[in-house]
Amino acid sequence: MTPESLTQVAEKERASSTPHSLQVCTAAGCVSSGADEVLKALKAEAKARGVACQVKGVGCLGMCQAGPLVAAEPSGHLHKFVTPTDAAEMIAHLGEPPTERLALDADQAFFKRQEKIVLENSGSIDAERIEEYVAAGGYKALAEALSDLTPSLVIKRVTASGLRGRGGAGFPTGVKWATVAKAAGPRKFVVCNADEGDPGAFMDRSVLESDPHRVLEGMAIAAFAVGAHEGYLYVRAEYPLAVKRLKLAIKQAERLGVLGRNILETGFDFHVEVRLGAGAFVCGEETALIASIQGGRGNPRPRPPFPAERGLWHSPTLINNVETFANIPTILRKGAEWFASIGTEKSKGTKVFALAGAIRNTGLVEVPMGITLREIVYDIGGGIPGDRTLKAVQTGGPSGGCIPAEFIDQPVDYETLNKLGSIMGSGGMIVIDDSACMVDVARFFMEFCMTESCGKCVPCRAGTVQIHGLLTKIARGEAGLEDLDRLETLSTMVKRSSLCGLGQSAPNPVLSTLRYFRDEYLAHVVDHRCPAGVCKIAAEGEVIR
Amino acid sequence: MLARSIHPEPPTDDLRWKPVIATMRRYGFAQHALIETLHTVQSTFGYQDEVAMRFVAESLRVPLSRVYGVATFYHFFQLKPPGEHTCVVCMGTACYIKGAAHLLEAMEDRWGIKPGETTPDGKVSLLTARCLGSCGLAPAAVLDGTVEAKITPPALLTDVERMSQRAHVRIETEAEEAVTA
Repeated sequence: MTPESLTQVAEKERASSTPHSLQVCTAAGCVSSGADEVLKALKAEAKARGVACQVKGVGCLGMCQAGPLVAAEPSGHLHKFVTPTDAAEMIAHLGEPPTERLALDADQAFFKRQEKIVLENSGSIDAERIEEYVAAGGYKALAEALSDLTPSLVIKRVTASGLRGRGGAGFPTGVKWATVAKAAGPRKFVVCNADEGDPGAFMDRSVLESDPHRVLEGMAIAAFAVGAHEGYLYVRAEYPLAVKRLKLAIKQAERLGVLGRNILETGFDFHVEVRLGAGAFVCGEETALIASIQGGRGNPRPRPPFPAERGLWHSPTLINNVETFANIPTILRKGAEWFASIGTEKSKGTKVFALAGAIRNTGLVEVPMGITLREIVYDIGGGIPGDRTLKAVQTGGPSGGCIPAEFIDQPVDYETLNKLGSIMGSGGMIVIDDSACMVDVARFFMEFCMTESCGKCVPCRAGTVQIHGLLTKIARGEAGLEDLDRLETLSTMVKRSSLCGLGQSAPNPVLSTLRYFRDEYLAHVVDHRCPAGVCKIAAEGEVIR
Repeated sequence: MLARSIHPEPPTDDLRWKPVIATMRRYGFAQHALIETLHTVQSTFGYQDEVAMRFVAESLRVPLSRVYGVATFYHFFQLKPPGEHTCVVCMGTACYIKGAAHLLEAMEDRWGIKPGETTPDGKVSLLTARCLGSCGLAPAAVLDGTVEAKITPPALLTDVERMSQRAHVRIETEAEEAVTA
């Protein structure tokens, strides 16, 4: 396979398209709602009637709560809540607008206000066919990098784009790549962190299920840039569909000659292997992830040395998140300047969020950096259902914080979210309404961190247990004012003295709720009541299990 | 001859050891294949017992303590045999906000089991998931591999009741297919 024959594959694929096509979302959300049966029924119906309509499964269409979703092309009509019994009607009326029951307005803000880079192919290509990715311009960036660019030119472009790590911390990607490229060593590795452990976040899962080749292409470009020939994709075992599609994608890419030995006949080799995580949140931390790939317990180690200098099997290792790699092919194809023109001064490009909680439109959204929380919650998300009011927006999961409703007009970028006491995080965005108790929310996240602490360092191992104990005491109305001080001191201590990111960020949900919702804590402590009515307050002398 | 003396024979003539050995062979019996091997044990046997851990330790030449350490570190590996039927309640943030805790309470009231436990008759196991990634369908539960979306405590109990009366069918979940593929 040469770059020219890649173009032929793309042209052949484009020429084979039918006048009509029905695209059934087969990402996890819609599959849970029965998308597989819908796909089967539509295929059977199209075949029975002999119509020239391609029916295929595609990646995430975004609005999970209205699934199973089906998109019709070229008309662009969207169908919601489709059942197998709708197949006959849909095939009979191809190209016509759907009936009122099935119609989903494709012009609503949820779709129109998004800007798609990472998700550009989600919902339009079949993730299990490499030809469709190639037809959509896939592997062109890799071909260009290998034949026309030098590794340092690739790094220069990534640096110029202003892309920052999408795993949460926001470290400049170009700087990381340059460090690994500079590091000396006979062997180097590229690792994709797909251990998406944040509860309430499923962006990476969706990218892997909907467009796995984009991530592989990004990894291959990175390998060329830093001089690595081996790579690992560390994926959660809890994502079976993503694992299956990734393994298939690697096989297809190797067969086509865009991965493996002598890629696109340029002499460059890059082999990728999938490694399964086994359910440990701490393995999202890079040094713990390395320990896990090597077959051990996911215990982190102190940094420096950073993995960029000494990582997998003591070799220089580049570790990036799924979404970071997924941005790379488009940056090379469309140019660093184009990418840098999107977003704010310090936060470039877009961010994918998993929007969930007390909100009308739950699902996956990709928005330009700098968009306000209000636009996400009210325009794209459609606001809060029922007669409830917005209380807070939680970002960053157990490592993040709760941003109260008063900051709804603040822009979403790395710096602003940090200033507000939260973090960008990997992309979980949970909308909380006034039916939730913030002490309970803090306790939920602390229970998570307590269970997930690996136990290596004392501040995290013992501190999270003590913080959780204090929060439980407060939730039961058994705490005194001195416990609030204790909670604050302990949280700050754990944050400052823990070994890795898990412990250093575990107190964030507590500190941010203490900062913005102190009145709720006081209501539990002083008045012995839970304003939202969530916590079970102990009556005098009563012991709660 | 030499190869036979290096790699121990499986502890029983159970055919399920075959995929376990195949996984270890794929990685050349390297020590870093430990987690991948335990994944295969989990998918073929359903849990990790001492016999399996000893066999893996000897085959990969790692201390038994390390195998036990890894098996207990990761949530995905179960050390007890699962019940005939499983009910997994998602405890992700979106599900929690929408009342997943009430689902667990209902299960405890009706079946007397907490997360990680199995009913004494071995019928039903209750498990929790960190996040199923189906946040748009919160609160969600998975009954024998089928996702139940936006479920209420009474509906969950009805469905678990029905599930528990079904004959025991070993469900090959996609996770297992993916692991053994």
